[in-house]
Amino acid sequence: MRAATQVFEGGFADSVLGSQEIFRALMDAMANPGRIVSVGDLAQAPSPLTPVAASIAATLFDHDATVWCDKPIKASEAALGWLKFHTGLELTNDPAGADFALVTDIDNMPSFDAFAKGTSEYPDRSTTIILQVAGFEAQTSLTLEGPGIKGTQAFSPSQLPRMFTEQWAANRGAFPRGIDLIFAGNGLLAALPRTTRILNKEA
Amino acid sequence: MTELATYNFAYLDEQTKRMIRRAILKAIAIPGYQVPFASREMPMPYGWGTGGVQVTAAIIGPNDTLKVIDQGADDTTNAVSIRAFFQKVANVPVTTKTTEATIIQTRHRIPETALQAGQTLVYQVPIPEPLRFLEPRETETRKMHALEEYGLMHVKLYEDIARHGHIATTYAYPVKVEGRYVMDPSPTPKFDNPKMHNSPALQLFGAGREKRIYAIPPYTQVVSLDFEDHPFEVQTFSQPCALCAAKGSYLDEVILDDKGGSMFVCSDTDFCEERQAAGHRGHLSPAQAEAAE
Repeated sequence: MRAATQVFEGGFADSVLGSQEIFRALMDAMANPGRIVSVGDLAQAPSPLTPVAASIAATLFDHDATVWCDKPIKASEAALGWLKFHTGLELTNDPAGADFALVTDIDNMPSFDAFAKGTSEYPDRSTTIILQVAGFEAQTSLTLEGPGIKGTQAFSPSQLPRMFTEQWAANRGAFPRGIDLIFAGNGLLAALPRTTRILNKEA
Repeated sequence: MTELATYNFAYLDEQTKRMIRRAILKAIAIPGYQVPFASREMPMPYGWGTGGVQVTAAIIGPNDTLKVIDQGADDTTNAVSIRAFFQKVANVPVTTKTTEATIIQTRHRIPETALQAGQTLVYQVPIPEPLRFLEPRETETRKMHALEEYGLMHVKLYEDIARHGHIATTYAYPVKVEGRYVMDPSPTPKFDNPKMHNSPALQLFGAGREKRIYAIPPYTQVVSLDFEDHPFEVQTFSQPCALCAAKGSYLDEVILDDKGGSMFVCSDTDFCEERQAAGHRGHLSPAQAEAAE
């Protein structure tokens, strides 16, 4: 009974303007890589989905979007049910065939190579990976450069995938093919499109 | 009185907006690459800016202020009707002032006033593929973009030089974005090309009939194609604006009579009006004529 209630509750209070606000934050973040954009916690989903990740899902997913979810989400009937009920998404078990990937456990996520990079003719047919992070105040900071950034931009998400700088350099090397990242924090979000270069080697 | 039928906010249904929004995010991530999208029929014919309207409808919110220009002017048919459309379906504030707008939808001009960070410029694009008149097959142009094979475009510019002695392309002048994709900046005069380079504003391009969306993020390298011995240069005008005396703005020729009389005025009406309000007077401005009488 309780699981069912969790599944149906917690969508945007106003689905039209709620998703518009989240999208504009995403567009702002994607156009200005590394910029931290604050959003209202609009949607509420069962654990392990955080409100910001759930809001992004409700904004971008529907029956035309294939989504790969990592193990903690798949293990939660309530979280999967929430995603299905509120977005109508199409789930896939194959990360290489996913338009989006939803990752809650960054330490154990597959390498970027496992996801769709698109083709040379259609580089847009690639996976946008949504990473759930605690925040953007880590000790180590990345220095970013590239389109959308005036000079350089510091970026310090609390968690990063394993071997991140190496993986990201390989991703950048495959341009225009490649994956894009969205970071969903606590009331905040940020993005790294495939064009962004990381300057510091020591991090 | 019965309630009139109401549309969803900003006219488009939510599924269409999500589809366009996903395309916009990909377009920003791959600057200059044309992302296919499932363009919808709009309550206006193709060629009237349906691509730009769909992009604007997908991004606009109640906190936005919209400006629409058609060849630089706020008061021509296309601009007036699109502005009225969004007032009706999104109930957003509209403006003619470049500095007050958060979203500027444009048909073939970039405002003279420098754009600011946080502003979004939405272009209405008729033919997004810069190689289309050189190679009509989509399969081939797609492969050319994939292989970064842009020799044909340079041949076209070279043939201009061979025939005319200079590069005669004056609008829809091809640019290379971030050193990778050759892109059509829509039929803006090449005068506006330098404004695209390193612009603090986000630039989105929508082609409704051709079903493509592409983008230039802020602070992105946009280089007009040229040759070392024939560098890219913009038009210059021999006289200032007849109404506001501006030098260095893009001018339209306006025919005054049937005896060959004409005047040159700023194509950007907001820029021209701001200057006139600040006291600048050209040799044909009404105030000047009154003073002379």
